[in-house]
Amino acid sequence: MDEISADSFNIRDYLRLELFPHFLCPGCGHGIALRALLWAIHELGIDKNDLAIVSGIGCSGRTGAYIDANTFHVTHGRPLAFATGLALARPDLEVVVITGDGDCLAIGGNHLIHACRRNLNLTCMMLNNEVYGMTGGQASPTTSATRYTTTTQSGSIEPVFDACALAAAAGAGFVGREVTIQTPALKNLLRDAIAHKGFSFVEVLSDCTEIFGRKNDLGESPEMIMTQKSTMRPASYGVVGGNIVDEPFRATNLKTGILTRTDRPEYGAAYRAHAAGIRAARKS
Amino acid sequence: MPSQSTARDLQGNQACALGAVAAGCRFYAGYPITPSSEIAETMSVEMPRAGGVFVQMEDEIASLGAVLGASMGGAKAMTATSGPGFSLKQEHIGYGAGAEIPCVIVNVMRGGPSTGLPTRPSQGDIMQSRWGTHGDHSVIVLAPASVPEIFSETIRAFALSERLRLPVIVLYDEVIGHLVETVEIPAPGTVEVADRKWATGAAESFQPYAVTDDLVPPMARPGDGYRTHTTGLTHLESGFPTQEPECVERITRRISGKLVHHRELIESYEAAGCEDAEIVVCAIGISARAARRAVNAARAQGIKAGLFRPITLWPFPESAFKSATASARTIIVAELNAGQLVLEIERLCGGARQVESIARVDGEPIEPAEIEAKIRELSSHG
Repeated sequence: MDEISADSFNIRDYLRLELFPHFLCPGCGHGIALRALLWAIHELGIDKNDLAIVSGIGCSGRTGAYIDANTFHVTHGRPLAFATGLALARPDLEVVVITGDGDCLAIGGNHLIHACRRNLNLTCMMLNNEVYGMTGGQASPTTSATRYTTTTQSGSIEPVFDACALAAAAGAGFVGREVTIQTPALKNLLRDAIAHKGFSFVEVLSDCTEIFGRKNDLGESPEMIMTQKSTMRPASYGVVGGNIVDEPFRATNLKTGILTRTDRPEYGAAYRAHAAGIRAARKS
Repeated sequence: MPSQSTARDLQGNQACALGAVAAGCRFYAGYPITPSSEIAETMSVEMPRAGGVFVQMEDEIASLGAVLGASMGGAKAMTATSGPGFSLKQEHIGYGAGAEIPCVIVNVMRGGPSTGLPTRPSQGDIMQSRWGTHGDHSVIVLAPASVPEIFSETIRAFALSERLRLPVIVLYDEVIGHLVETVEIPAPGTVEVADRKWATGAAESFQPYAVTDDLVPPMARPGDGYRTHTTGLTHLESGFPTQEPECVERITRRISGKLVHHRELIESYEAAGCEDAEIVVCAIGISARAARRAVNAARAQGIKAGLFRPITLWPFPESAFKSATASARTIIVAELNAGQLVLEIERLCGGARQVESIARVDGEPIEPAEIEAKIRELSSHG
């Protein structure tokens, strides 16, 4: 019996086991995030047949294929655009987007801010490992200052995005952040995000041990994960509100947990009510 | 609701939107761009009325992304744009071709390159519409030349897209898009709505990209229990990625084979006065209308002239063109660009016929007199 799965959750019920062994590197945090996501889906009682996973390009995007659901592996940066069409056309489906820091914040940044603004009922899980891992380790919009990558060989000098601050400012109904080592807390956060009616953005601080960790001498996966843990603190320790993160655009000492939760109108329901009103007015 | 057809004076872009509604389109995503915006504006009114969805997306790329997402969910879906926006959509056209997602993309052509001439007509996207996305791929391009034909070809675009599971592009120039003509709108419910083949039978053994007799695999609808994988990566019959050379070749050949296998269904053209013609003018859209007038004028002067107008531009109706030009000595290709369609005609003629080009690039349509003068110049009669 799996220790974490003290309840009836068995991850094998939600995986395409025929695709294993998986492609992720040893020590990669993405698998833990995948586990937390599937655990949350299990706890919510979502039928796999009604679950749609839309993922982009990169290591994050490739994880979608392992989920035994309706899975759509789309173009680089555009999973939120595909998911918007899918969720509007099929409000009966539970649509979850899996994306990465490059996919979501660089090439897909425009789609992120407008998905937040629209507040359509989607859940976006962004796996932030600070690097373009699949293409060999180039700098991303979340690569911390001074870090070495194949495109910042003397250390990065660019400021980073605080993805949660960005999502909250753009209007996302639900925003949260968690580290992979706090797997039950991440599961709870994802569960609340999926249950939220509106656009939910969850940033998962993952670790790229093989490419990013090695180049920056950050140790093996356990060291990287413990460093992440020590530089985060739960949002409940601080005031959530106008000042969403205490030090915007800084990659350390970020808050975890639920950072924003609003009851802004959900776009899909608002659209359907608006359209029904138009049809009713034409009949009368 | 009218129980009979109604005649309406419509702008080309309006006819496109109403054709889409008649074809069963229930999802539209778009982004404003001249000279196609009237399509989005009309759809913003029509979609909620029809129980469908209209959404104005943040950019051109997202518009086709949302259309593909809606189609994956089972909706008949369309977007419309013009030159620069069409360029931005190219990656997603490739996704639709590779993952075999039905969708309709309208491109109302304006002058280019770049921002070019936003309000002036052009036919500069003849090659972009065929070759715009990277890699080997299959798309169908339909080129209507009148407002009623925009209506009927948009309906046909949906039918082909659904039946063959691929993106279909409706391509016309700004003149046709903004022209007002009378369109006979069929009574609601009388247009045959084509639907894609949906997966049936046991989910366990279902192969989402199986090789079927017609080369078009049935599609799994999310929620029906098949739980399939869709990807832009080259994939096996199972839907999962492969790099095995023989698998890659098999899949690639099947997808391109769809167009060959269904050529009769896809091809459409008009050949007028070609039977005994010594000179045949080949053109699409507004240039074909100028060509028709020029050919009629030449005939009145005793010159054996004809018109060949591909309505399905790509795949080009090769055998029809060869039959129609069997007696011709000279082909004149009239187009609003520096010479694109003429390349295909030269290829088809293989040096056996004289091929002449009228290629106008000043942002104005070709006048009938321009073509008529060329016919007279090249005629043995004069």
